[in-house]
Amino acid sequence: TMAFRHKNTRRIEGLDSNVWVEFTKVAADPSIVNLGQGLPDISPPSYVKEELAKAAAVDRLNQYTRGFGHPSLVKALSQVYERVCGRKIDPLTDILVTVGAYGSLFSTIQALIEEGDEVIIIEPFYDCYEPMVKMAGAKPVFIPLRYKNDGSSASSADWVLDAAELANKFNSKTKAIILNTPHNPIGKVFTREELQVIADLCIKHDSLCISDEVYEWLVYKGNKHIKIATLPGMWERTITIGSAGKTYSVTGWKLGWSIGPQNLIKHLQVVHQNTLYTCPTPLQEALAQAFWIDYKRMDDPDCYFYSLSRELESKRDRMAQLLQEAGLKPVIPDGGYFMIVDVSTLNVDLSDVGEKQPYDYKFVKWMITSKKLSAIPLSAFCGPETKRQFEKYIRFCFIKKDSTLDAAEVILKNWNKETA
Amino acid sequence: IAISKSFKLTLFLSLQAKMSKPVQAQRLEGIDKNIWVEFVKLAATYSTVNLGQGFPDFPPPDFLKEAFVRALGGENHMLHQYTRAFGHPPLVKILAQFFGKLLGRDLDPMTDVMVTVGAYQALFCCFQAFVDEGDEVIIIEPFFDCYEPMVKMAGGTPVFVPLRPKAPKDGKLMSSADWQLDPAELASKFSKRTKAIVLNSPNNPLGKVFSRGELELIAALCVKHDILCISDEVYEWLVYDGKEHVRIASLQGMWDRTVIIGSAGKTFSATGWKVGWTVGPSRLLQHLRTVHQNSVYHCATAAQEAVAQGFQRELEHYGKPDSYFVQLAKELQQKRDWLVQSLDAVGMKPIVPEGTYFLVADISEFKSDVPDVPDSEEPYDSRFAKWMVKNKVNASGP
Repeated sequence: TMAFRHKNTRRIEGLDSNVWVEFTKVAADPSIVNLGQGLPDISPPSYVKEELAKAAAVDRLNQYTRGFGHPSLVKALSQVYERVCGRKIDPLTDILVTVGAYGSLFSTIQALIEEGDEVIIIEPFYDCYEPMVKMAGAKPVFIPLRYKNDGSSASSADWVLDAAELANKFNSKTKAIILNTPHNPIGKVFTREELQVIADLCIKHDSLCISDEVYEWLVYKGNKHIKIATLPGMWERTITIGSAGKTYSVTGWKLGWSIGPQNLIKHLQVVHQNTLYTCPTPLQEALAQAFWIDYKRMDDPDCYFYSLSRELESKRDRMAQLLQEAGLKPVIPDGGYFMIVDVSTLNVDLSDVGEKQPYDYKFVKWMITSKKLSAIPLSAFCGPETKRQFEKYIRFCFIKKDSTLDAAEVILKNWNKETA
Repeated sequence: IAISKSFKLTLFLSLQAKMSKPVQAQRLEGIDKNIWVEFVKLAATYSTVNLGQGFPDFPPPDFLKEAFVRALGGENHMLHQYTRAFGHPPLVKILAQFFGKLLGRDLDPMTDVMVTVGAYQALFCCFQAFVDEGDEVIIIEPFFDCYEPMVKMAGGTPVFVPLRPKAPKDGKLMSSADWQLDPAELASKFSKRTKAIVLNSPNNPLGKVFSRGELELIAALCVKHDILCISDEVYEWLVYDGKEHVRIASLQGMWDRTVIIGSAGKTFSATGWKVGWTVGPSRLLQHLRTVHQNSVYHCATAAQEAVAQGFQRELEHYGKPDSYFVQLAKELQQKRDWLVQSLDAVGMKPIVPEGTYFLVADISEFKSDVPDVPDSEEPYDSRFAKWMVKNKVNASGP
């Protein structure tokens, strides 16, 4: 056969590697306690599963629905978020339903970002931001969160942006900043004051804000999730992204949404109609019904939005304790379901490992094979300049059932015995 | 003060420049209109009989619905969580097995198959992976509407070549087989900028099932010019009158340069599940994987599990009378014949489709009911379709 000369397009050049493809394969072995990928092994609430079974039984719901979002779902989303944001949200023009929050990030970036633009990304960052910005032909501009304390018990609140450093990153080419709050992987919940600093810069430079708020309901005691879109001057320049997977512990449903002003959302809708056109129907109907159930009890502590975060707070505390007992100093997150920890204090010498990879990559691979425990290396979430700064950290996911955390406990308790 | 004023002026001018530039990216230029958005709304407002948008109004087969319910309610609640990004293992395994048999090849489920959010997203991945600024893509008219905007969004130039009707024999209705490419005309469309050709067989909207001879012609040109073939075969099971759906990837020199696209929505009458796939050599699919992992990454899990079981069942019943693929084609052939009769009776001239569940009819006899408006920007068929929706309690697309 004749050789086919054609290569891939320029837009995907260099975007083929991916931390998940590398690490989910390694951790797939069932004998490994998997605290790596952000995947709940707890069950979604039973009413959520029931609604999907009910939807699947309706003939019409097995066929195409409205492209930009199933009518009952966009209606439910508009009600929930009108209440949260305190403003009118039009279900047909201000909302787009996408294949996961991932799909919302893609639609937003493809719609609004192009060659010549710069996009500010806060490090560490959910890894897809960088390749998506590059695929759109734009330049990612990184700014790290910096740990400001020297204390013994670190909190995600100790990780902050330097205001002057941030201001310096904005210029006339800055099309957008990507904000992620609650933050993955650190678990930081940006305060109103911190959001105001970002908002002021967006307004001053007429930049957009892409606000990834998938963990919006997962905030722990003493913290409040604030939507940057509700700050003055921000609604008209912000796309706020949410996720069914994170809201209802159904990552395998892959449903997310973008909410914002019509004049921005309409461009995301154009991208959507030219990429996958419509999202699955029965899943959207089930999600709509689940949202109605919880919308009606938003004043009740039993509402899943609040009960899940209470359940996770005790898992967070347990995870932190286990790591501390193993001699580690975890960064206690104010939100989200990840916890990062500095492993350099364990002094595991991996200098003889041949591969040219950052320390944390080598550490996690070593931990998987020798300790049967998996995590994710933090340098996967950094730009090239800061990898050295973050390569001593690894990320654990704690949205796991008790038996998984029990198994992790056994490994961590025995850690020192084996390495001594 | 002078320095501060000049700084403010610079900032003001750069803000003005930013504000005068449109907020949206240039890649959206000219691709914002969409026929479905307009006509679906219209049909929902007026009609009781919607024969416009392409989806069944009957349910998927029981065995598939049962598989879905089992996936949802079973012991394994992990079917509500992420599965493998490039395709749920049971699904890619059965697809590799099934299509491997049909193509006479050993397919690796991990590298030669990728699952997508409907065939629509498979098409998107192909264009994004292979069409660069300045590349030309040959599109056969009439075509499923998304090919053109997707090529444009990728910065490519669509190059059209029409199927042309030959007059049918006296007294006979026209068949989709009477619509053909002119070989010389097709050959003239290939240039050194041509990157790919999009083939859709069976063809939506005409229902044409390209013959082996026609495919060999296209294949020869693909090999000669060393281009990619994006083969949209979503209606592969809906072929009538004993005709054969020939897979272009099985022709000489084609496997290495073809991406085959399929759809559970069309295969199993479950368009709302949005499960599609690509099949091809890893050398091509690796680039689709790159696009996929940077756009949607994972596809929903439970429906993939159910479709896998659907294919398992069909593999066991393949070619037998109780195969869903056999039964659906038989049932749809009857519906086709009935619709052809009705349209013929009312004076429309239907083109009898060899495949798919679409049928095109010539409405020129109705010029007296819906007169032509010479200066109208809107094409005649579009105006006719709207008139029909509003006045005849029936809907179809232009």
